[in-house]
Amino acid sequence: MKTVFKALLGSAVFAVAAGSASAATLDDVKAKGHVQCGVSTGLAGFSAPDDKGEYTGLDVDFCRAVAAAVFDDPKAVQFSPLSAKERFTALQSGEVDILSRNTTWTISRDTALGLNFAGVTYYDGQGFMINSKKLQGINSALQLSGAAVCVQSGTTTELNLADYFKANNMEYNPVVFEKLEEVNTAYDQGRCDVYTTDQSGLYAIRLTLSAPDDHIVLPEIISKEPLGPVVRHGDDQWLDIAKWVYYALLNAEELGVSQANLEESLKSDNPEIRRLLGTEEGTKLGTDLGLTNDWAVRVIKHVGNYGEIFERNVGAESPLKISRGINALWTKGGLQYGMPIR
Amino acid sequence: MQEHDRSFVRTEMVADQAPPVSDHGLLSWLRRNLFANATDTVFTIIGIALVVMIVPPLVQWAFISAQWTGSDRTVCATLAQGGIQPDGWSGACWAFVDAKFQQFMFGRYPDEERWRVYLTGFLFVVLLVPLLIPSVPRKGLNALLLFGVFPIVGFFLLSGGAFGLKPVATPLWGGLMVTLVLAYVGISVSLPLGILLALGRRSHMPVVKLVCVVFIETIRGVPLITILFMASVMLPLFLPPGTSFDKLLRALIGVALFASAYMAEVIRGGLQAIPKGQYEGADALGLSYWKKTNLIILPQAIKLVIPGIVNTFIGLFKDTSLVYIIGMFDLLGAVRQNFSDANWASPQTPITGLVFAGFVFWLFCFGMSRYSIFMERRLDTGHKR
Repeated sequence: MKTVFKALLGSAVFAVAAGSASAATLDDVKAKGHVQCGVSTGLAGFSAPDDKGEYTGLDVDFCRAVAAAVFDDPKAVQFSPLSAKERFTALQSGEVDILSRNTTWTISRDTALGLNFAGVTYYDGQGFMINSKKLQGINSALQLSGAAVCVQSGTTTELNLADYFKANNMEYNPVVFEKLEEVNTAYDQGRCDVYTTDQSGLYAIRLTLSAPDDHIVLPEIISKEPLGPVVRHGDDQWLDIAKWVYYALLNAEELGVSQANLEESLKSDNPEIRRLLGTEEGTKLGTDLGLTNDWAVRVIKHVGNYGEIFERNVGAESPLKISRGINALWTKGGLQYGMPIR
Repeated sequence: MQEHDRSFVRTEMVADQAPPVSDHGLLSWLRRNLFANATDTVFTIIGIALVVMIVPPLVQWAFISAQWTGSDRTVCATLAQGGIQPDGWSGACWAFVDAKFQQFMFGRYPDEERWRVYLTGFLFVVLLVPLLIPSVPRKGLNALLLFGVFPIVGFFLLSGGAFGLKPVATPLWGGLMVTLVLAYVGISVSLPLGILLALGRRSHMPVVKLVCVVFIETIRGVPLITILFMASVMLPLFLPPGTSFDKLLRALIGVALFASAYMAEVIRGGLQAIPKGQYEGADALGLSYWKKTNLIILPQAIKLVIPGIVNTFIGLFKDTSLVYIIGMFDLLGAVRQNFSDANWASPQTPITGLVFAGFVFWLFCFGMSRYSIFMERRLDTGHKR
């Protein structure tokens, strides 16, 4: 969750810190033998420990992909769980090499905080969930006038909510709580009609309700929350690596290259696949990046393409069952568009 | 002389009779203790009603309907929630605690190195138990081992990197282990440091006094969460880039200093309760300052404030959970972190996890509290009512 306080503190602190970052992160990473990756302290589907204590999730898999590209080993990564408040300092001070922690891409973070966003691994946005048994016939947020809305206090979620209802000339009663667990309980007990937070969060919360099937997530998204991996400002090579690992994941999905068919794809005659996988004669695409020419092969071999990562962590194969929606490839009507690898 | 007829005089003792029914037995006990008058009766009925309302559902939830085994959320979710339990089911999801138990205890400490944690724990218990039992001899040596040698051995055992042990970085530590490390360091630093600060605050030397007062009042004036936050977020900005100062160490220093300031004030309360005559008597005997303090003042003062000291220890033990905000996971943090595992997301998971964490905390705090009562009774030499 994004607090207003954090943004204020952040800009004050990081104005001082910006510029202290050291260049040549790739060399540092190679020297220490692992990528230090900042993740969330716990967010279902993005970074959460499994039964063995290993981190899993979409954000986590991105770091594994970077580690795979550099070291050919998805385990050559160490995770630093970071709270929302300390995440940017950790990146600035060099405690982590890459921050993959459901961080929203905004102009102030890109400029004043001295960060660089490598891409958008998940397009999120604030949404609404309602109990469809209780509020029958409602299928749009525009019908919610007069509703009691459960929301967590001190977050931008609260502000977006106020803006949206004001802009649409609707009334609402905010039911505000400090802790996430409290909001969940209040909503489950019917103390409010609507629950609002980021859509990915709504799907996770739905799993903890007493009758999940009664609850539907409305289609409206009232804020833009593009979440992506972040690196330090001032190290273009490392930014390129993060960026192109992300594009390689997307291109692999677009070209139908997956973990399962990687062996056949390596023999493919398709020039685009050959360029992606570095099987072309005399290719320098990988070495120019500072990696080896089979960098994309390593990534796909160990973590799969974007579609596989998505389905495994938040999609159909996970308990969250989030549909691809705007996170589908551009060829399927979504926003995920991998820049050409050539 | 005419012989008196004494047939009306008993020749043997009358057998003891049972006391009246109104004075013994269950009924009388009930009447005297629970239904003595109208107010008592009302409160008794309210009390019984509360117990009846709370206990059976609790037992039902925690034991009878509880789910003990399973490998993912389906065992703890009802059919409507995508699980296997009948609709309307509600019970503790102990399967979640079972699956995550290792994490709750050790965090992400590597499996093959866990023996080091066990060994450290074993050493700790072996050194602590004899120290707590008054009749075991050689307390001095024991204390030296526990507070002098054990921290060094424990440090190398847990963090490794020497003597052929594989290094285990502190971000991998977690769970109850971190709670205990924080509490052990906090407790064993805060008591001696607190005593020194308290003595310093009552000192007649202006500089010492000023330093102690400023330290105590500054630390007491700031919430622990702020100290931890500063240590975790601000400190790295002032250090040269690339230097990383271990997060656990930062938290340890923060917690230890914080507890010391509180401890100092507790001890000062004890010092103030000692009558002036004790100081003057010690002076009259010609004892030096340190002899006077060690032999006359402190033994009396500390005995007086045992409840306050243990109170601070218990508070410290529970405050360790605040390290959650700097991205470290103590027991409670590890439990809460695992709520985000979608494989276990169900309505029962958070409640069960929190009940488990609460129970473990209670075990430790209750243990400390009982031991302090035992110690107070043992040292009772005329102050208690």
